[in-house]
Amino acid sequence: MDWGFILERSLSAMIGPEVVVYALAAVGLNVHFGYTGLMNFGQVGFMAAGAYGMGITVFWFGWSFWVGLLFTFIYGAVLALILGLPTLRLRADYLSLVTIAASETIRIVARSRVMKPVTGGAEGIDAFAKPFYDLSPFELGDFYSVGPFKFLGRDVWMLVVGWTVLIAVTLLVSQLMKSPWGRALRAIREDEDAARALGKNVYSYKMQSLMLGGIIGALAGLLQVIQKASVQADTFNPVITFTIWAILIIGGPGRVWSPIVGSMIYWTIIVFVENTLRQLPDGARSNLESWINLSDFNIGMLRFILVGLGLLLLARFRPQGIFGSREEMALDRR
Amino acid sequence: MTAADPVAIRATGVVKTFGGLKAVDVDRIVIPKGRITALIGPNGAGKTTFFNLLSGFDKVDTGTIELNGEDITGMPPHRLAAKGMVRTFQLTKVLSKMSTLENLKLGALGQRGENFFMALFRGLWSDQEAEIERRADALLERFNLVHMRDEFAGTMSGGQRKLLELARAMMTDPQVIMLDEPMAGVNPALAQSLLEPIKSLRDDGRTVVFVEHNMDVVREIADRVIVMSEGRVIAEGTPEEIRTNQAVVDAYLGTHRGTESDGGGTR
Repeated sequence: MDWGFILERSLSAMIGPEVVVYALAAVGLNVHFGYTGLMNFGQVGFMAAGAYGMGITVFWFGWSFWVGLLFTFIYGAVLALILGLPTLRLRADYLSLVTIAASETIRIVARSRVMKPVTGGAEGIDAFAKPFYDLSPFELGDFYSVGPFKFLGRDVWMLVVGWTVLIAVTLLVSQLMKSPWGRALRAIREDEDAARALGKNVYSYKMQSLMLGGIIGALAGLLQVIQKASVQADTFNPVITFTIWAILIIGGPGRVWSPIVGSMIYWTIIVFVENTLRQLPDGARSNLESWINLSDFNIGMLRFILVGLGLLLLARFRPQGIFGSREEMALDRR
Repeated sequence: MTAADPVAIRATGVVKTFGGLKAVDVDRIVIPKGRITALIGPNGAGKTTFFNLLSGFDKVDTGTIELNGEDITGMPPHRLAAKGMVRTFQLTKVLSKMSTLENLKLGALGQRGENFFMALFRGLWSDQEAEIERRADALLERFNLVHMRDEFAGTMSGGQRKLLELARAMMTDPQVIMLDEPMAGVNPALAQSLLEPIKSLRDDGRTVVFVEHNMDVVREIADRVIVMSEGRVIAEGTPEEIRTNQAVVDAYLGTHRGTESDGGGTR
């Protein structure tokens, strides 16, 4: 086994493109769930909205990448409005139903043949990200390595921009949550009626929260399609939503740095497990093949099973997540 | 109450039904300004429902409610708070995972920093925030909660929670403060310590309306009592007058028991 290689891949994964995309999406979900208590089970829908805000603008309207950037924000905000208007006055569970349904609806409609002229159908849209990579100071095709990290030039550029956006958005959210605005959101999470009785327009705050987190999710979707250089409907499947939830739970909801650290832990484990399994010595490998039918294909599945096991252990031994506090959790039971 | 007393709240022809049950059917209730008015009645009398209607947490089927002569029927709670009317809850609603101080600061009205765009710029609201914190500290002092200032509100005892709700409601600087069973769930020995703060609200010139079961409490602090039974007002007057009122005695001793059983507890 080549431990050096496994370590290099795992360390690179710790700061890689997936970490950035999922962490940013989780920052959005943290605004929704961690701070406001909104149960959004369709964060991937907001990512798709952001991705198609860019894709449709360039592909169908034929406008530039920079106009597409604007539409990423608009699509995210509009989707939040559409989902929030009918549901935010109702009990919390209605929002979760509507968000999970909407995210699947977006994916299925976007990949349908009817929508092919607009969304590119199942083949998707590519050739829109050139203006982004044209700005790159790095040679797109060359490898760059710093210490244990090694990335292709185009990924280095995406990572520089991505981490900048991620840190900036995280700090922005952190500032907002320390303000009276954030205090009102947290009050709504704790008890809507109390906030209402004290003169807070709960519906309006929930809508603002849904829009802010939705726009952040849309930005995450945009980063994802820029990195892949294509907008594919099927990459926006519900598994992504639940991965984002897992990341937020690992970090601990309602904490500023949870999304980033949760995402780093999640992806490092995934890549480490996968590479370790692929590099097992021949004897061990063939044993596992006959014992649990471990083929190359199944390795992909097994790493998710192991992550699931990890989450179970987390729920058992550290239910508050990495940053959460046990005392706070105990208050829920009083 | 004499005709000259200014009116804080006036409810006329208020009806609320749940399914087939007429929970509230009030022809006319007038709550005088600057007094403590108690709303009493047996379980299922519709007190809490009526309370919810007054405070905007529930909508009337028919009828009108006025606050200082202005029609507030159907107005949502957050707008009522802006008009100077605030309520507390029977089952206290403290914000557990926020500190006592944060609980209080939330109550202040008209905070610039509660606007999303202003919130982004600390300089726009930090002065106001400091002022709010001063007011909150003063109220913590007044309600004997200084030692809990930076603790999670979720760690409080029942009595402290009631005090916190009272203090938090005071942060809105209300003209009318409505307390839903302020003594419920409080150790009787501590109940006395809650009475003084409530009386002091009247001494500030505020109007207090409260729902209560405990007649001793009512006698001790109420200037005026409204008795409800089966959704209707059956008596009004001073605590002394109410004590000797035959209709009230009947209602409490269960003359109407047969028809009351579907009411359950106070909602």
